[in-house]
Amino acid sequence: MTISAERPTAVASSATPPTASGIPWTQRPGWMSQHLGTAIVGGFLGYILGHWFGNYISSSYPWIANSGQNPIAVTLALLGMVLGWLVGIGALNYPLAKIVGKEPPAEVEVEGWSKYFRYSTNHKVVGLQYVVGVILFMFTGGLLAMAIRTELLNPTTHVFGPGTYIEIVSEHGTIMMMMATSIIVGPLGNYLVPLMIGSRQMAFPRIEAFSFWIFMAGYMVIFSALPYGGFNTGWTGYAPLQTQNGPGMISYLFGFAVIGLGMMAAGFNIAVSIINYRAPGMTWSRVPIFVWSILATASLLTLATPVLFSAGLFGILDKTVQTAFYVDEHGGSSYLWQNLFWFFGHPEVYIMALPGFGIVAEILPVFTRKPLFAYKVAASGMIGVALLSFFVWQHHLFQSGINPDMRPLFMLTTELISIPTGFIFLVGMGTLYRAKIRFEIPMLFAMALFFNFLIGGVTGVFLSDVPVNVTVHGGFFVLSHFHYTIMGGLLFAFMAGLYYWLPKMTGMMMNKKIGLVHFWMMFVFFNLTFFPMFIIGLLGQPRRVFTYASNLQGLNDFSSISAFLLGISFIVFAWNLVYSMWISPQKAPANPWESLGLEWQTATPVPAHNFDRIPVIMTDPYHYSEVNAPALADFGGPAPVASDTSSTSNPA
Amino acid sequence: MANTSSNSPRDLRKMSGIWVVLSVAADLLFWFLVGPHVPPGRLTETAKNNQMDFNILMVIALPVLIGVWVYMGYSITHWSAKRNGPESVGGAAARSNRKAQVLWISITSFVVLFLAAFGTWALIVDHGSGGGEGPNPVWMPAGAAQAETAALNGTGTGILSEPGGEKVLPVQVIGQQWKFTYRYPTFGGFETSQLVLPANTTIAFNVTSLDVIHSFWAYQLSVKADANPGVNNVAFTETKGTGNFTVRCSELCGLWHGAMFNYGSVVSPSAFTQWATSTEAANAANTKNLPPFAWTYTPDANGAAGGYYPDGTVTPYSTVETYGAKQPAS
Ligand SMILES: [Cu+2]
Repeated sequence: MTISAERPTAVASSATPPTASGIPWTQRPGWMSQHLGTAIVGGFLGYILGHWFGNYISSSYPWIANSGQNPIAVTLALLGMVLGWLVGIGALNYPLAKIVGKEPPAEVEVEGWSKYFRYSTNHKVVGLQYVVGVILFMFTGGLLAMAIRTELLNPTTHVFGPGTYIEIVSEHGTIMMMMATSIIVGPLGNYLVPLMIGSRQMAFPRIEAFSFWIFMAGYMVIFSALPYGGFNTGWTGYAPLQTQNGPGMISYLFGFAVIGLGMMAAGFNIAVSIINYRAPGMTWSRVPIFVWSILATASLLTLATPVLFSAGLFGILDKTVQTAFYVDEHGGSSYLWQNLFWFFGHPEVYIMALPGFGIVAEILPVFTRKPLFAYKVAASGMIGVALLSFFVWQHHLFQSGINPDMRPLFMLTTELISIPTGFIFLVGMGTLYRAKIRFEIPMLFAMALFFNFLIGGVTGVFLSDVPVNVTVHGGFFVLSHFHYTIMGGLLFAFMAGLYYWLPKMTGMMMNKKIGLVHFWMMFVFFNLTFFPMFIIGLLGQPRRVFTYASNLQGLNDFSSISAFLLGISFIVFAWNLVYSMWISPQKAPANPWESLGLEWQTATPVPAHNFDRIPVIMTDPYHYSEVNAPALADFGGPAPVASDTSSTSNPA
Repeated sequence: MANTSSNSPRDLRKMSGIWVVLSVAADLLFWFLVGPHVPPGRLTETAKNNQMDFNILMVIALPVLIGVWVYMGYSITHWSAKRNGPESVGGAAARSNRKAQVLWISITSFVVLFLAAFGTWALIVDHGSGGGEGPNPVWMPAGAAQAETAALNGTGTGILSEPGGEKVLPVQVIGQQWKFTYRYPTFGGFETSQLVLPANTTIAFNVTSLDVIHSFWAYQLSVKADANPGVNNVAFTETKGTGNFTVRCSELCGLWHGAMFNYGSVVSPSAFTQWATSTEAANAANTKNLPPFAWTYTPDANGAAGGYYPDGTVTPYSTVETYGAKQPAS
């Protein structure tokens, strides 16, 4: 492995930190430095400045002066907010210093809990920041889902007006999609990939930190839609409805552009890290299957997201400087948005599926005490899904009149993708075969994924069949289908991953009893919420409606009440987090699940530089229940006393 | 390690037995009890065919679902540490099994390719299966092309009888925030909010929009076609018996999307002709004020002020002015 030659084998983790006077003020401990607080102040000031400037340059244009709205001011305000937020947190210190030709001061790792509120380039800090970030997205999106199900309790008595209702639906969809792009790659990908490939860091730690803080900026941007009157296009944002919408639409378009930047940054950094930062001996056939899934996902993030970014940018230009990308009357095309959106949107679907497959395939061997079955099939399946996912997008547009003659082709590609997707079942069932299965909480969630994703996958085949699509497109059937794949797949995998890896990440075990209550409530009520929606959809209820046929009230009420109980299962989860991490923390053993994975072979808590010496990988991590199994890696002797201080230099 | 290979085939035999029994039972129950009632019913030839497609998919899907469920259920009940399952065995034999892998990939590939071929066949023989086929449909029912041309040129009247003896009726569906209206080009192009169709006739729906994207979903007819401004999206169906059906908008189109629905009916051809001619006469004064029949109409961004169609004067395009200005469909 040539890559090992450049890597130091020792680090000066014990070197004395520079004295307080040597640290730039931005990085000092204490509140007189750059942290979440300054980011909020920066965002606030940037917003005001941007809004003022937008009004200053554009308020005299006739089409703005008479409208009572100024999309240019809104756009510049949001731009100012995001820039202010980034300046406030310190994301731009390094690049700006470089631009003006100054050597930026070396970053100092702040100790203690306050590092979680700072621009940290430590992948373990970023991973935990992402855990909190995605949970914030998840709970706000979930609350909106509760509001939707409340409105649908009765077909004629309304809790919300139709305008408020459709804004809630749109916010729910957008926030959840934004969350789902990052829910596993962000927290678990960032935290675990370096540990699993035997690296001390990511390839681009600043880009990694940037991806988190811009992700959180996206959260603020998408919520800024509410004071602007929301947007009523759903998460798909179809033009010309998009063009018709008020300034809330700008929050949507700008929000996706901002989140898109984060997705590109995260994907790029992780893909490069996996390719270049594997420890010596970690050949492609020894890479953990979770890392394979993250590599496939990161590639999709890097390649598909630019399309979303550009699509959002075009929309903003249409609404501010009166271009006509999506305006039919002026030479644009509303079909263009549909094509661009789904050209991103379908790879996006697999961005939200592959990491889940990776997690279950990674933890199944641990709890079955068997090697992963058909490792090569699993890895090639993930890559196959990633490639094919770029060739299926028009199945979202079967009834749209776009390219109608190509429907057989897209039906074929869509059904073909179920072959590599089906590999996950081959792998799962082969690994389960005659195993002594340990039903710990992570294993329960992993098994639930197989149950849920099977239903989600099979109903996907119904949707891909054009004749059947006539009935199921645009209704509750497809809504249920993608909740079965995203929530039933990805979110269950996220929970499996959290229960499995949080002991490593925090040093504390999650409580098993509360975990059992959480799992069973979530599993049962997830299915009771969404299964009836298949029937509701077949019986003719379109998506995103606030009123429906009165004969469907029974099914809708059943679904709503199950949804409320499903919501409570998330409170149980939150309680388990609080209880296990703060109220009654149980110290986790170094390797509670007796895993062979490389990430479990370091100490808990993970040392600052992950591995005192870079391990030399000897084999793959799946030699469970094997007589004379080879050792996973050569970890070398105890670390030599730090002598090579040059190795502390910061990565650029 | 005690009981390894000798018991393996027994596990699989047991599972296969359970799988076959459950699959056959589920398929038969579904096909005979549920199948005939599967949406969208049998009001049109299209609906009948699409119901058949759904049922065939279901008969294939049920054994797949049951197969995985039986395997998972069996592994939970027989192979867990709690129930003292067999000891896990690692090593090369547990890592891969050429036979199992080849079998799995072959079966899934075969099923998938069969489904794609079957879906394509159904789509083509059923003339687009009731889905939107764009402005220039390639899979048209006999006589539809002539009927469409006659409708546009105003050279046909009533339910058109084509040379081959086919009866075809062109109907235009105009989506607008937030209702559907219908124009009957072979009855003088009158416009109405009622959708009435003759039985035993091929219907050519020409779906377009005046503002945003809607989707015309005639549920029991099994017709769904997006209504795009500036696009004529054509969908075909062949009515059989008489009956009522629901029309809903199935593409989010703004504030009152949820309230965008109405009802239609399929009546006997003579009753239809009577209804159409009397409505044509009653609406004659209004029809004169409508723009001449066309496949598409230029959307009017200021529709609230200018009515459904442009009034001839060019209204400047505005991104904001129409938002929320219109009232829901009554
Ligand atoms: Cu509509």
